[in-house]
Amino acid sequence: MSEEIGTETAPADPLSLHVPEPAVRPGDTPDFSTVRIARAGEVPRPPVDVPPDDIRDLAFSIIRVLNRDAVAVGPWAGLLSADELRDGLRHMMTLRAFDARMMIAQRQGKTSFYMQNLGEEAIACAFQKALEPGDMNFPTYRQAGLLIAAGYPLVDMMNQIYSNERDPLKGRQLPIMYSSRDHGFFSISGNLATQFIQAVGWGMASAIKGDRKISAGWIGDGSTAESDFHAGLVFASTYKAPVVLNIVNNQWAISTFQGIARGGSGTFAARGLGFGIPSLRVDGNDYLAVYAVARWAIERARRNLGPTLIEHVTYRVGAHSTSDDPSAYRPKTESDAWPLGDPVLRLKNHLIELDEWSEERHTQAEAEIRDEIITAQKEAETHGTLHSGQHPSVRDMFEGVYAEMPPHLRRQRQQAGY
Amino acid sequence: MIEAIRDAMDVCMERDDDVVVFGEDVGFFGGVFRCTAGLQKKYGPSRCFDTPISEAGIVGAAIGMAAYGLRPCVEIQFADYVYPAYDQIVSEAARIRYRSNGQFTASMVVRMPTGGGIFGGQTHSQSPEALFTHVSGLKTVVPSNPFDAKGLLIAAIEDDDPVIFLEPKRLYNGPFDGYHDRPVKPWSQSDLGEVPDGHFTVPLGQAKIVREGTAVTMLSYGTMVHVSLAAAEAAGVDAEIIDLRTLVPLDLDAVRRSVLKTGRCIVVHEATLTSGFGAELTALVQEECFFHLEAPVRRVAGWDTPYPHAQEWDYFPGPDRIGRALQEVLEV
Repeated sequence: MSEEIGTETAPADPLSLHVPEPAVRPGDTPDFSTVRIARAGEVPRPPVDVPPDDIRDLAFSIIRVLNRDAVAVGPWAGLLSADELRDGLRHMMTLRAFDARMMIAQRQGKTSFYMQNLGEEAIACAFQKALEPGDMNFPTYRQAGLLIAAGYPLVDMMNQIYSNERDPLKGRQLPIMYSSRDHGFFSISGNLATQFIQAVGWGMASAIKGDRKISAGWIGDGSTAESDFHAGLVFASTYKAPVVLNIVNNQWAISTFQGIARGGSGTFAARGLGFGIPSLRVDGNDYLAVYAVARWAIERARRNLGPTLIEHVTYRVGAHSTSDDPSAYRPKTESDAWPLGDPVLRLKNHLIELDEWSEERHTQAEAEIRDEIITAQKEAETHGTLHSGQHPSVRDMFEGVYAEMPPHLRRQRQQAGY
Repeated sequence: MIEAIRDAMDVCMERDDDVVVFGEDVGFFGGVFRCTAGLQKKYGPSRCFDTPISEAGIVGAAIGMAAYGLRPCVEIQFADYVYPAYDQIVSEAARIRYRSNGQFTASMVVRMPTGGGIFGGQTHSQSPEALFTHVSGLKTVVPSNPFDAKGLLIAAIEDDDPVIFLEPKRLYNGPFDGYHDRPVKPWSQSDLGEVPDGHFTVPLGQAKIVREGTAVTMLSYGTMVHVSLAAAEAAGVDAEIIDLRTLVPLDLDAVRRSVLKTGRCIVVHEATLTSGFGAELTALVQEECFFHLEAPVRRVAGWDTPYPHAQEWDYFPGPDRIGRALQEVLEV
């Protein structure tokens, strides 16, 4: 072979740089024909102690439970009762309504910034239900569903968003950068990918202490390009850390399509294979599938079988944040064309199909949730919003930098007049 | 000093199961400078272990562990290699207490050999302390002798905030006065090499006057404490020499008292001059002591070049350069 190459005489073309482009841009017709989607129920469910090499194909398929007729099918189905499914639906509906309400609050100037979870509600809401008290998530900014499913009070979320006098974080963090140790929700950084390796360290600590708690790392498709992602994978792999490593592939990193971070790799899940980490792809808009895969991975971690990498395949229906306009970089109707559908609608239809839900009950639930959110909002606003009412004090600004305030900060606090 | 550092970790690991030690070559081998020798054997591989070559991974994992409730004391093989971990240190370890309103903290120590004088070239000689003193939420410590190294390291491990612990590698095997062509003196021939057994601390935030004097105040830390002593002696100057030991929090009272007494001040560090910690010290001295100053405050520091290999001793701010600065400050 090498001799043949050596005798090649035709001159090679000059080099050219390859810059991936999404299939469509604004003005084009949305096209997801290249997204290969497995049929619901098609992907097998291996035992949790399966050798990673035996399930390499799971990094290239998509585990799905709900089929087109909203029926739960296949080996990953059958884990959740009707009550649990109704809870799940309510969590997702609550998150969606909460987002809608807070988007308006941001436009009304009650806060500076907001990030919604639209279209991705199933992932965090379902995952949280598979965890135990004491486990710890290391979330990014689009996993508010973890808090809602863990029962964190909506009014505390709003107090944080408003940076008001009851803000649990004393006005120190951007809106939605929540933190609640008691609800298994690690402080959101706002710097991307940093929390991925921290999740691994947290899991390692549990193993060092001989405890039973496990952790979950979260990262977006775009941020998998950061070195912290790879540090997380290598540490998780080396020490068989009890951690579930979640990639939420919502197709867009602000305006950059997922192909820029994914490069030549077939899928994001496939990144785990080189580390010998069992790596699965799941339909992120299928509450039942996310829950089933989460349960599988969490059981592996709990049984000291090591880490699992999960790529949740979904679509970011809304803007990245209140600071960008998606119509500038993708077709306006792209989200309608997304082949995995809407997570709330799919679970609703499934419950109706089971005869455990109805359009009437859904409408009634929507009204109840709206009331619950409005009540919480009214209460939160009695404690202030970003530009009116009560706020954490300027004195608070100097607290908590260190366990004890060092002399230089005390001097500066005095200079500030406090 | 290596034994003192190892002993500090040993004492802490013995007293507290939550103290864990890890880094590159730290476990079985005991570290490239031998600072963790024997710890894995004594405490087992889950409390002292080798890591992949990933500084961001080492510090990031330590932050997760600290959030869990452990007290990691990690080693970065050379301070020159800390930059891949800089985001984890600056954006995460330093801020977790603040941004979570105390729900999560990062009680951890990041140890790293610092400074030159060993022909390490630009990748084994840097002094990056100012990159850490500039960051709110961090404490930065630089010991100058085995006694302080042990007492400060125990205090750092027991501290509830993240501590950057810079170990001047030229001091590992003995004090160094900057006369590089003279025979190396081991710590065993120095009073400062006497280190008590067991647990004791040198509190963070307290400077130490290593030589009392009246003519000029010399502010320094790490290796340059010894070089400053030698320079003052060579110049025959009755200098008051302060070993800061902790840069943040700074013992400003000690600095102020001394400069008010002497009316003159020079700052000596090995790190590059521009935006170095000396700039902060100089600013503080003029803010606090301006009307007592007889002369402008002078800085003696590494040149603003990368740390060279062949020209190491022209780069290093040795006794001659310090002596000239002393002369200038005293002539005013």
